[in-house]
Amino acid sequence: MDSDHGVKGKCGVEASRRPEAGAPLDLEELRERLRRKRGPELWRSLEELAGTPEFADMLHREFPRQASEWPEGVSRRNFLQLASASLALAGLTGCTKQPIEKIVPYVRKPEQLIPGKPLFFATALTHGGYATGVLAESHMGRPTKIEGNPDHPASLGATDVFAQAAVLTLYDPARSQAITHGGRTTTWSAFTTELGEQLRAQEALGGTGIRLLTGTVTSPTLAEQIQQLRTRFPRMAWHRWEPAGERQSFVASLRAFGRPVETRYDFTKADVVLAIDSDVLTRSAGSTRYQRDFASRRYVRSNQPRANQPQQPVSRVYCVESLPTNTSTVADHRLQLAPADVEAFVLALAQGLGVAGGAPQTLPQKAVEWLKAVTADLQAAPGRSLVVGDEYLSPAMQVLLHGINQRLGAVGSTVLYSEPVEVDPVDHLVSLTGLVQDMNAGRVEILVMLGVNPVYTAPADLGFAAALAKVPLRIHHGLYEDETSERCHWHIPAAHELESWGDARAFDGTVSIIQPLIEPLFEGKSVHELLALLAKQPGVTGYDIVRQHWQPLLGGDFEAAWHKALHDGLLPDTQAAPAGVAVAGGAVQQAAAEVAGSVARTRAQQDQVRLCFRPDPTIWDGRHATNVWLQELPKPITKLVWDNAVIIGPVTAAKLELAHEEPVEVTWKDRKLRAAVWVQPGVAPGVASLSLGYGRTRKGDGDQDEEKTGQGFNAYALRTSDALWTAPGVTIRGLGGRYVFACTQNHHAIESGIQSISPQGEISEDSEVRKASEEAERRHILRVGTLREMRADPDFIEKEGEEPPAEMTMYPRYEYKGHAWGMAIDLNVCTGCSSCVVACQAENNIPVVGKEQVLRGREMHWLRIDRYFYGDFEEPAIHNQPVPCMQCENAPCEVVCPVAATSHSDEGLNDMVYNRCVGTRYCSNNCPYKVRRFNFLRFSERESPLYRMLYNPDVTVRMRGVMEKCTYCVQRIEQAKIESKVESQPIPPNRLQTACQQACPTQAIAFGDINDGEWDVTRWKADKLNYAMLEELNTRPRTTYLAKVRNTHPAIDAIEAIEQRGAAERTDDGHS
Amino acid sequence: MQIFHRSTNTIARVSIFGAVFFLAFFGWAFSTLLRSPYATHQGLHLTQPVPFSHQHHVAGLGIDCRYCHTSVEQSAFAGIPTTEICMNCHKQIWTNAELLEPVRSSFANNTPIQWNRVHDLPDFVYFNHSVHIAKGIGCVSCHGQVDRMPLMYQNASLQMEWCLECHRNPGKNVRPREEVFNLNWQPPADPAAAQALQAKLVKEYHVQSLTSCSTCHR
Repeated sequence: MDSDHGVKGKCGVEASRRPEAGAPLDLEELRERLRRKRGPELWRSLEELAGTPEFADMLHREFPRQASEWPEGVSRRNFLQLASASLALAGLTGCTKQPIEKIVPYVRKPEQLIPGKPLFFATALTHGGYATGVLAESHMGRPTKIEGNPDHPASLGATDVFAQAAVLTLYDPARSQAITHGGRTTTWSAFTTELGEQLRAQEALGGTGIRLLTGTVTSPTLAEQIQQLRTRFPRMAWHRWEPAGERQSFVASLRAFGRPVETRYDFTKADVVLAIDSDVLTRSAGSTRYQRDFASRRYVRSNQPRANQPQQPVSRVYCVESLPTNTSTVADHRLQLAPADVEAFVLALAQGLGVAGGAPQTLPQKAVEWLKAVTADLQAAPGRSLVVGDEYLSPAMQVLLHGINQRLGAVGSTVLYSEPVEVDPVDHLVSLTGLVQDMNAGRVEILVMLGVNPVYTAPADLGFAAALAKVPLRIHHGLYEDETSERCHWHIPAAHELESWGDARAFDGTVSIIQPLIEPLFEGKSVHELLALLAKQPGVTGYDIVRQHWQPLLGGDFEAAWHKALHDGLLPDTQAAPAGVAVAGGAVQQAAAEVAGSVARTRAQQDQVRLCFRPDPTIWDGRHATNVWLQELPKPITKLVWDNAVIIGPVTAAKLELAHEEPVEVTWKDRKLRAAVWVQPGVAPGVASLSLGYGRTRKGDGDQDEEKTGQGFNAYALRTSDALWTAPGVTIRGLGGRYVFACTQNHHAIESGIQSISPQGEISEDSEVRKASEEAERRHILRVGTLREMRADPDFIEKEGEEPPAEMTMYPRYEYKGHAWGMAIDLNVCTGCSSCVVACQAENNIPVVGKEQVLRGREMHWLRIDRYFYGDFEEPAIHNQPVPCMQCENAPCEVVCPVAATSHSDEGLNDMVYNRCVGTRYCSNNCPYKVRRFNFLRFSERESPLYRMLYNPDVTVRMRGVMEKCTYCVQRIEQAKIESKVESQPIPPNRLQTACQQACPTQAIAFGDINDGEWDVTRWKADKLNYAMLEELNTRPRTTYLAKVRNTHPAIDAIEAIEQRGAAERTDDGHS
Repeated sequence: MQIFHRSTNTIARVSIFGAVFFLAFFGWAFSTLLRSPYATHQGLHLTQPVPFSHQHHVAGLGIDCRYCHTSVEQSAFAGIPTTEICMNCHKQIWTNAELLEPVRSSFANNTPIQWNRVHDLPDFVYFNHSVHIAKGIGCVSCHGQVDRMPLMYQNASLQMEWCLECHRNPGKNVRPREEVFNLNWQPPADPAAAQALQAKLVKEYHVQSLTSCSTCHR
C-alpha cells in the first residue's frame, strides 16, 4: 500500500543506515566477543554479537535514533512556533462537522445475508497447483479475510501465509484490468474473433501447431477440458512448467519406483524424525497439515489440545542441514554440515543401515558421533521413525532416503506413497525444453500460456524469450501483465480464485470445488472459460463447466451432493489411491554411487561455493511480487523484507573476504549476476542460497516503484536447466560498497533489564555485569530447557523466574469479575512460519510501510516473531518467539498516556482508543516489550477504491499520528460477547479465537478466558512450563509463554556439553 | 518620568480580569457549539428521495419496526428496508403516486435508493442494535417517538456523553423485552413500582454498566 511519499522529503529524516561500505567480517573478533559474553546465551544477530552502535541504538530506543528526532538546526523560537501551531491545529480538528452520508439498502436482499454480519463460504485456494481448503469471509459481498477450513485435510482450520495474503492479491491495483492486443486495450469479442479464425485454420491440421503451457494442474475439470480439446485438435501438445514445482521428487520417484508416485508423510506416527536439509514443514503442498501433525507429537505441556486423546510420547527431531530451515527451529538437535558432508552423512546412514554399500565416508568427528546416536535411535523405533528430505535434495539423495525409509519400516506408517495428484504427471523440465525446441524449429503456431510467466521463470539456458519470438500467435493469460505478456500478442486478464468457479486437489488428492465470492473485478476470465473458447464452446460460464464435469461423477441426487460439496468445501473420499511400490535395490545402489561421486567432486572444489536456489519464503517463485503484505513480511530466519540476498555463513564470508551487505558478482558457468550478500549465522561453510522471485522487470500494471514492489536480484538469471535447485560450484566476488537491506531482526529488540551493552555498543568490562545480563536474557525472555531437566525437576522453569509479589505496585489492583482474557504461546511448536503475522495484518487492517520506512524501524506489524540464536555463531541453534501485546495487568503504557487513549478494560485488555490518541508516543517509550506501533505517516491506504474494499469493517482504519497495537482481536471478543448475550448463552470455551491463533498451523497459541477453567489457555497457564516474559518487572502480562523443552539425546547432549565446556574454558583462559 | 499614561493601569487591570472572562466565554461558546444541533445534527430534517413518514406507517398503519428494520434483533445494523419491502405493499396501494416514483424506478431498474443517513455515528464507534434489544432497551430510548415524526430526524445528540449517561446507569432505560418495540410504553406510574421493575429487569437480563473503551471503540 502506498505510503505518503509527498511528506517524505519534508520530514528531513535521513535513512538510519547509510550505504557505506562495511569491513570484511573479522571472525576472530566475533569469536572473541562471543567468548567474552560467556557461556550459552541468546543473541539475535551478528550486529548484536559484534556490539555495533546501530544495534545498541535499536536496543535503547523504541524507534531508531532519527525516527524521533527533530530535523537539525531548529531554534528555540521555531520550536515554540511549531509547538503552538500544532496545539492550535490539534484543537481545530475537534471542530470538524461530520458530513451527511448516504445509506444504500439493497433492492432485493441476497439470500442468507443479514446486513452487518459476515458470511463464510467454503472454497479452496491453490498454490503451485495444490489446493488448501479455506473459508472466505464475506462482508456484504466483499471477501475480506481467509480462514482455514477445519474439515479440509490440508488445512484443519489453519492456513499458510499465501492463503492469508490471497485477499490482497484479489484487490491488487497492479492486476491487469483489460484485455490487450499488442499492448493496446481491446475487447473479448475481438479476441474470440481472431482466435476463432486461427483455430479454424488449425482444425484441418489436427491442431499440430497448437501448444498449451500451464503450471502444475490438479483440477479434474481442467483435465477433462484438455481431453476434450484433444478430440478437436488431436495433435495439440500440452506442456507444463512450474518453476518451483517438485521436479526432482518426480525424477527420484521414477528412479526409485519406475513410475511417478506422490510421497506423503504422517508425522503423527513418527517417534523419531531425521530431517535432511528439509523444509517440508513450510515449503511443500501439504506443509500446513504437516505442521499440525508434527506439532501433535511435540507438545511438552501436560495438556494436549485434544484432551480426549491419549498422550503420546514426545517425538525426537534431528536436523542435519547446511541451510537453516524452519524445521530446525523446532528440532531437538541441529547439526550444521557443509553440503558435501550432508550428502556423506546420508550415505553413511544408508550404509550403516545396510541399504547401500560402497566405501565408508569420512565425516567430521561430531557428525560421526551424531550418526551413531541417530542410527541407534532410528533403529530403536521401527515403523515409528522417519527420515525426511524434500524437493531440494538431488534425485539420487531422495532415492537414498526412499531406501532408508523402506529399511526402517516407515513405508505405510510414517511414509505413505500414493498415486500422483497432478494430472498427467510429466517431467516439467523435459516438457518445457521440448516446447522451446518446437518453438525454435517453427513448429508452434499458437501458444497459449495459462497462468505462467516463463519468460521470467524458465531456466536461463533455454533461451525461452528468443524462442517465443518465433511463434506467430502468442496468448498470455494471467493475473498480471508481466515479462511474458510483454512479449505476447494477446494478454487476457485472469479471474482470481475468489472470483471464479473451478476445482483442485489437495496434497492428499482431496478434491475441493472453488466457488467465487465476488464477480470478477476486472472482467477476468477463468482458465476454464478460456479453454472452453478453444474447445469451440464460447460463452459457456465457468459455473456450467465445473458442474457439467461433476454431474455424471457425483451421480445419484446430484443437486444435493453438489450443494454438500460446496458447503463442506470438499468432496469426500477423493484422496489419491495408495500406491503399493517398493524401491528397486539397484536404484539405491546406483544412487549411492552417484552421491559418493558428488561428495568427492564437491570436496575437491574447496574454493567454490555451492549456490542453492530456493522459492522465496514469502513471494515464492515471484508470483507474489506485487503482494505487499508478503513483501513486508519478515522472512523466517533472515528477517529480511522487500529483498532477497545471497545468503552466506560467517565462515564463508570471512574466507571470501566479504563484508555484510556487500554487493557481489556471482558467476555460475558463464552466467553472471550482480547481487549482494547477507551474512547469516546458521549457514554452513561452502554454501550460499539465493531465493527466487526477485529482480522482476515487469510486475503488473501501473506503478513500477521499486520501493513498493521489492527490488532484489533475479536468481533465474543464474538458474540453468542442469542446476534447477543447486549450482554446485559458483564463484562469488566482492565488489565493495554496501547495498542497504531492510531487515527487522534488530528492531524492537528487548532488553533484559541488566545491560551489558552500553549505548555506544561497548560490552561491559565487568564480567559480573556481563554474566548477570546474559543470565537475565536467558531467564527473562526465552526459556529453554531439556526434557531430562524437566523430569529431574518439573519446576525447573518456574524456578528460573523471580516473580515479584503481587502487591508490589503503587497502582490499585483491578478486580476481574467477568471474563479475563489471556493468551499463552507454546514455544515448543512455533516453526516461525509467520501465518499469524499475515493473519493479524488482514484481520486488523494493518498497513504496509515500504522498504525505506522499514529501514527506519517503522514497520507496523502488531505481532512479530523474534528469532534468537543460541550458542556459537558458526553453528547456532535457532528459536522463534512470537511477541504480540502482553496486555499487562500492571501496564506501564496506560499510566503515562496524557489523554487516556490507552486504558484498562474490565476484562484486562489494554484498550487502545485511536480516536483519542494524540500521538505523544509516551506509551511506546514506556513499553518494555516494544509492541506498540506508531503511524509516522499516513500509511493506511484510504483513497484506492480497491483497497477500501479489503478493509475489515469491524476495525478502525488508523490515521497518521496515531499509536496502535494488538488488543487480542477485541472486535472478535466483542462480537462473541454480543452474540452470547443475544442468545443468552455463555461463550462456548475455545470457540472464540484470535486471528493469529486461528491461522496457526501448529496450534501454538491458546487464547481465552483465564477465569474459566474450561478454556485451553487456562490449562496451559497452569502448566509448569508457563512463564511470563520479563516477569521481574511486575507488569503481570496476560500473554505468557510455555518454555521450550528439547527432547535431547543423551549422547549428543554430551557432545554439546563438551563443546560448551571447551568454550567456557577458553573464556576463562582469556580472562583469568 | 513616566513612560505609560496613568490610564494604562486601568487598562492592564481590566484586560487581566477580562482575559479570564474572555477565556471562559470562549470555552463556553466552544462547548455549546459542539453540543449544538449544528454540530450534532440533532433534530435536523434531511431531504430524502422519498419523504417517508414514520408517523403514517407506524402510528397510522401500525406496522411493526421489524417489518422494515429486519436485522435489528440479529445484527449490529438494524437494516434499512430493501426496495422490495416497500414494494410488498406499494405494488398494491398508491401504485401511481408521484411521490413513490423513486421506489418504483429503483425496483424496475434494480438500482438502490440512496437515502441520506439520519443516525450516523462516527466510523470509530461500533454500536450494536441486537445487544441493546436483547437487554431490553426500547427503540424509543434513542430514536424518540418515531411514531410522531412525519419526517425522520435525529432525536438524541448521539454524542459520547449521551451514550455514557446510560452506560453508566443503564437501569433507568430498561424495559420488558416484549415492550422494546412499543413506542408508547410507560413505566409504572408509581415510582416505587417503577424502581422495583427496573431492579428486577436489570437482574433478569444481566444488564451491566459497560464503560471500557473497547465496548464501543475497536
